[in-house]
Amino acid sequence: MMRTTWIIARKDLRQRIRDRSALIVGILAPLGLAAIFSFVFNPISEFEFSADYVVVDEDGGPAARLFVDQVLGGLAASDDITVEELDTVDAARALVDVELDPFSDMETADAAFVIPAGFSSAVASPDEARLEVLASRGSSTAAGVAVAIAEQFAGEIQTARVAAATAEVLGAEGDRADTGFRALAIPSLASVVDAEATSKILDGTTFYAAGLAIFFLFFTVQFGVNGLLEERHAGTLPRLLAAPIPQAAIIGGKAITAFVLGVVSMVVLVAASTLMFGAEWGNPIGVFLLILAGIFSAIGIMGIVGAFAKTAEQAGLFSSIIAVVLGFLGGTFFPIGQAGGILSQLRFITPHAWFMQGLGDLAGGNVADVLPAVVALVVFGLVCGAASFYGVRKGLSR
Amino acid sequence: MTQRTLECSGLRKVFDDLVAVDDVGFHIDAGETYGLLGPNGAGKTTSISMISGLLMRDGGTVTVGGREMTTTSTDAKALLGLVPQDIAVYPDLTARENLTFFGRLYDMDGKTLKARADEVLEIIGLSDRADDRTEDFSGGMKRRLNIGIGLLHKPALLILDEPTVGVDPQSRNAILESVEHLSREGMAVLYTTHYMEEAERLCDRVGIIDHGQIKAEGTRRELVQMVGQHDRVRLETTGSVDAAVAALDALDGVAKSDGGDGSIELLVIEAGEHLTEILSVVTESGVAVSGVDIDEPNLESVFLHLTGRALRD
Repeated sequence: MMRTTWIIARKDLRQRIRDRSALIVGILAPLGLAAIFSFVFNPISEFEFSADYVVVDEDGGPAARLFVDQVLGGLAASDDITVEELDTVDAARALVDVELDPFSDMETADAAFVIPAGFSSAVASPDEARLEVLASRGSSTAAGVAVAIAEQFAGEIQTARVAAATAEVLGAEGDRADTGFRALAIPSLASVVDAEATSKILDGTTFYAAGLAIFFLFFTVQFGVNGLLEERHAGTLPRLLAAPIPQAAIIGGKAITAFVLGVVSMVVLVAASTLMFGAEWGNPIGVFLLILAGIFSAIGIMGIVGAFAKTAEQAGLFSSIIAVVLGFLGGTFFPIGQAGGILSQLRFITPHAWFMQGLGDLAGGNVADVLPAVVALVVFGLVCGAASFYGVRKGLSR
Repeated sequence: MTQRTLECSGLRKVFDDLVAVDDVGFHIDAGETYGLLGPNGAGKTTSISMISGLLMRDGGTVTVGGREMTTTSTDAKALLGLVPQDIAVYPDLTARENLTFFGRLYDMDGKTLKARADEVLEIIGLSDRADDRTEDFSGGMKRRLNIGIGLLHKPALLILDEPTVGVDPQSRNAILESVEHLSREGMAVLYTTHYMEEAERLCDRVGIIDHGQIKAEGTRRELVQMVGQHDRVRLETTGSVDAAVAALDALDGVAKSDGGDGSIELLVIEAGEHLTEILSVVTESGVAVSGVDIDEPNLESVFLHLTGRALRD
């Protein structure tokens, strides 16, 4: 049967090469669009976070110094954040309240932390301890991060208070306030380190190259999976069915055609986007695994359309609708996962999202990290492929 | 008993509530051309589709060379060559590539396939266009290639489904000559058509099909006799014909005669055998004959008799 399958696939591939449509849809269109998208959107996607903070310590107590020296001091150690300690609240407010003017050289701050007098005492007592954040209206992201830092510190204070109260109940010796400050000074046993998470975000060029590659892949595999409808339209299907070959060989030939077209299209796109635009796809083995699994899923899904559509024109229309909807939902045009909400979860009903997720995982890890995405894509391919095979066989054996 | 190349019986196919084919059966031996004659929509293509394993049947049996035909039986399909009604060639492949592709599906390869492809191209008269893409071919050339693909693997049974529809007279004649040649070489041919002239020229036996049923089957002569049809003879005359008509009525072979104004019309069994005798009787009766017109009954008139409508209705 394999011999016959290859004979049919070779014939189909020869036809595809001659009509050039697969070349246009599979390679030229995604490459051209990736280039345009990359040039247009790269400045946005490559935005890097930076913040300038000021702090006013009117308290000077142990809790206040802990915040200034350890929390803010730690942040200031990075190249992207500056922290300056000021003497007065007015001075801090003056920097934060400045109207943003891109042409002005005036010194500004994104947010100011104000530690009022009595803060440390309040921390050591059951009283409310206040830590104020003055946010600049013009820098919502950096100001939001400042609020998050303050809230994180407030949470740690609460934890220290609970620790001190617990120690007192258990009869521990010593001052309760002192116990609380010592608890507050203990570094977190487990802290969230975001170093890997930032490296999981694909750069703009790679994102658009990958997104458009998987998007157009669903159009490219159509040339194979809709082959049976085209044979029917051309009148050659009866001749194939009357030949002494298993029906599975005919279906297999179409699937192989789709697979070969998909592999060629994706490999050319990966190579071209890497060489021409500097896309960074990641470990080649991981990328290749994702490509194979992605093609498998695309053949399965588009095979369903090919199996149940009545004509090649109808299949083309349905396929286009499905490819566009899945492409948008799967985040091939914009990183829908960062939008949050139900969409960021819903995207995982599409192979596109798993493909992009797999590439992101590969960028921040190793080959093994793509396996969940590969498995998900293979499951898509198996389930949809089984349904389409059933539909095609039923259609052929009327 | 010798094995039939094709034997089918009780064929039945129902689409929803429509009985497309009902109890169709016939056989074809090697070297025999069997015609399935009927108007469009009579059930010819549905019958052929079941015979060639394209369509599952709701009833009946089909054997090709003693092997049972189903939609999945590759051994029976290997003995069969199909020429579908619609042109079934790939327009973006050359004539030779089309032949080679289908030849490979029949386990042909290498030099054997190349030699046979050349041979077939010669038979269908496309040797000089072998390496041209078929999208540039005329309708007649595509039809000829369509037939060439069907006979490439030298099938025991060649099925041609209305192969001359939309073909120019020259190509049509070439196709009919090819079929006659194949039959002489011992191939069994099943030929469907709604052209009475083709069935009369090519077919050893004819099955007349209408509304999914075989209405009658046999040689042309058997069918004509089956429905009691006679040759119609018209004589152009001068003078009184009454005496001549009375004398003709008494002749053997003359079933009926009528005299009119300047003519005599007769229904005759085998007009060719009795014409000399008829002319003698008429002239001996004092009537001068200025013209003779013989109208032999054909399958068209048989079809009309059997179904009450013409083939092209």
